[in-house]
Amino acid sequence: MCTLNRSGRYHTSGFFSPILTLLIMIASLLSGPAYAAQAVDNFSAPLKQLLEFDFDIKQQAIEQLAKSDDERVDRIFKTLLNGDLYYRKEDQALVYVFSTDDGYALTGVLDNASLGVVSKREIKKITVNNQLRELLSGLIAERGMSNRNPAVRLNSVKEMIGQVGEPDRDRLQKLLVSETDQRVSRALHIALAMLDVVHGDKQKQLAAVVALGESDYTESRNRLQQVLKQATAADDSALAKQVKTSLHAIQLRAERYQALETVFFGISLGSVLLLAAIGLAITFGVMGVINMAHGELMMIGAYTTYVVQLLMPNYIEWSLLVAVPAAFIVAGLFGVAIERGVIRFLYGRPLETLLATFGISLVLQQLVRSIFSPLNRSVQTPAWMSGSWEINAVLSLTYNRLYIIVFSLLVFAALLAILKKTPLGLQVRAVSQNRTMARAMGIRTEWVDAMTFGLGSGIAGVAGVALSQLTNVGPNLGQSYIIDSFMVVVFGGVGNLWGTLVGAMSLGVANKFLEPWAGAVLAKIFILIFIILFIQKRPRGLFPQKGRAAEN
Amino acid sequence: MSFINTLIKLIEQDRVGRYLFSALLAIAIMVPVLNLLVPEGSSLHLSTYVVTLLGKYLCYALLALALDLVWGYGGILSLGHGVFFALGGYAMGMYMMRQIGSRGVYGNPELPDFMVFLNWHELPWYWFGFDHFWFAVLMIVLIPGLLAFVFGWLAFRSRVTGVYLSIITQALTFAFMLAFFRNEMGFGGNNGLTDFKDILGFELQHGGTRNVLFVLSALALAAGYLLCRYIVNSKFGRVVVAIRDAEARTRFIGYKVESYKLWLFIISAVMAGIAGALYVPQVGIINPGEFSPLNSIELVVWVAVGGRGTLFGAIVGALLVNFAKTFFTGALPEVWLFALGGMFIVVTLFLPRGLVGLYQQSREKYLAGRAA
Repeated sequence: MCTLNRSGRYHTSGFFSPILTLLIMIASLLSGPAYAAQAVDNFSAPLKQLLEFDFDIKQQAIEQLAKSDDERVDRIFKTLLNGDLYYRKEDQALVYVFSTDDGYALTGVLDNASLGVVSKREIKKITVNNQLRELLSGLIAERGMSNRNPAVRLNSVKEMIGQVGEPDRDRLQKLLVSETDQRVSRALHIALAMLDVVHGDKQKQLAAVVALGESDYTESRNRLQQVLKQATAADDSALAKQVKTSLHAIQLRAERYQALETVFFGISLGSVLLLAAIGLAITFGVMGVINMAHGELMMIGAYTTYVVQLLMPNYIEWSLLVAVPAAFIVAGLFGVAIERGVIRFLYGRPLETLLATFGISLVLQQLVRSIFSPLNRSVQTPAWMSGSWEINAVLSLTYNRLYIIVFSLLVFAALLAILKKTPLGLQVRAVSQNRTMARAMGIRTEWVDAMTFGLGSGIAGVAGVALSQLTNVGPNLGQSYIIDSFMVVVFGGVGNLWGTLVGAMSLGVANKFLEPWAGAVLAKIFILIFIILFIQKRPRGLFPQKGRAAEN
Repeated sequence: MSFINTLIKLIEQDRVGRYLFSALLAIAIMVPVLNLLVPEGSSLHLSTYVVTLLGKYLCYALLALALDLVWGYGGILSLGHGVFFALGGYAMGMYMMRQIGSRGVYGNPELPDFMVFLNWHELPWYWFGFDHFWFAVLMIVLIPGLLAFVFGWLAFRSRVTGVYLSIITQALTFAFMLAFFRNEMGFGGNNGLTDFKDILGFELQHGGTRNVLFVLSALALAAGYLLCRYIVNSKFGRVVVAIRDAEARTRFIGYKVESYKLWLFIISAVMAGIAGALYVPQVGIINPGEFSPLNSIELVVWVAVGGRGTLFGAIVGALLVNFAKTFFTGALPEVWLFALGGMFIVVTLFLPRGLVGLYQQSREKYLAGRAA
């Protein structure tokens, strides 16, 4: 099949079509005809040689592959080094192997396509000896550091830092001269400093210590500690003093980053709490309805995400964008049904509402159990949400948390806008302040009730979409958030959206700051006890409602 | 003497109560007879399993009674009453744990198995005293009572009422559940306390002990009912009902609403603790799951289904719902949550006074019809 192309962009086609060949030819022409031809030679022929038993032939093959510009070579080398490169006995096709509980999962080397799970008997490993291993790791580092992509170069230099040795010096210096990317050249400097601090003369050693003190790699810190030991042993007080200053600087920065990271985790937990609580702030805060089924509405949102992904398995990247409105509508409809079916008979009897909605929550849980099975369902994370934003060697923020912070703030802003700027919001506020008067002014209070409850429920559904990216999607998803979300609403002040925002964020951050010294469970217990005591002091929360609405 | 006279008068006035006492007396005699004296092959024989099951139900009924006292009469909906039940249970469990002695898996005479397993070397201070039965009994009363005192004193004094109170009681039991799940707490972590051997020297597995525990549960339920009836008929009880119906007005008249609520809450908590203490030797295990908010809410359903503010209703509700639960979880496990959830909805929407209320209503209608 037609798989020989430079970038691996075209996958194996089930049928061999002339059009595809033409396309590949055009692509090859665009990237330079001579180059493409060479790539073919350097790639496909030596790959076959890898299957040979003789290690010398393998070595030739590897050396030849190294000359190839093909991006697949990097992965081939890495897997070969780790001993995960196999070939399939039936057609001698090279495969990457990943062992799972069911057997060995295969991925084609040429086209990166998943080839299913097989038993050990059907595949054979491509073995390497120590000599080849050494060759491979050198080649991997070299290929990485001369890659065109600065991010790849940076990564390989970073990997180098831990194991840099005197023979690498020339190569590093050569690379430093030609390096254009600032971050990569800084990393190269650190790598050289790692060498200088051990092997250089006094002058260089001191300079290297200063340089290492400005970096955040764990390796540079370890190296400095070694140097400190040697310096104290050799009675070199000038060097020891400098090393101590550098180490102190590293320590200080690490603590600062740690605090920053804790704040980030706290805000991300806070935004989850905000998402969970904000729908409740509408139904509980504005309408005064205690909806114990709120968590289950979130669960419905999460399951909607799951169903959306089932319906569009080929567009996982876009599934969340579809799931958000879908979850809003589905959970919103459930909410309207609950309001029309049960809650409207119970206005003014909050304790009864609490019991009835709790009953609804049990029914919804069992419904999901009966339809989707009691086991957790796996919701996929789109590629753009995985990975992390590495700010430096110590501090990196995961994208899914970042997105959820942004998302929760967007939802908050949207809700605020609906309440303040739309006719529906005006009516909702009117009804919540004085129901009879609002009715006298011609507002259909029943309709407003249903819409408000639907809005709160819909937002719970949207929160469920976000939660599906963070936790397991199962029938108990909602239960674990219901107490937390009530705490947030009560803490922030009932009927006050800003209070909910402040409450969620401060509880999230407080929780994360308590965690390191108290453990996750104890931190949560402390927070619960704090809120119980807080409510005694300020029964109406942080930001109590003012005016007539507060009286009842 | 006058106290006994009051009690007798109380029973004379309470027709439903007399039915209850007769029923309790009947089963307290019949069940042990059918279990111990009727030979095993006979169709009238009750297995020990059933005796234990019935004993469990009676403990639940006592717990429901405790909740009815605060919710039905005091208007305080506690969504965390399971916390007192579980604490009473833990106190009893700790006593029985100490009774195991060196018969545990590890054979350590000083430490319970789970502590040996966790590599602890000495008994934590809060386990001291639990080798004595009297101390354990004291704790069964004191610990739930003390917790109710501290919590109630804080909550009622700052006038946390209604829904807010319900939510923080739920948070309370949730916090306890999280805490008891931790191994470091020294209460056996998520396995809880189990493998009990004997109580006061009587072997727990023995049929006779089971029957004694069953009769004790029936007695406790009867005593609990009598106490509750006494309380609600007293002046204290009338003030409590007044607080339920119009808290501000009662306060203006000059009653100290906080202390009335607080005492009611404490008495109820102690009753729940005793129920828990009787429950644990019969089921043979106590674990943090008893603290889970769901348990406490289920308890509210028992009372709601039976009819709150009647005492009798709470007992009926607890027995009926638990019979239903045993039946459904055995026969149709899928249906149980639907049934429980449906019960919540139906009872709150259509039976605000529960089954007992329904009966009373139809009786009144019937009587009115006959009079006309």
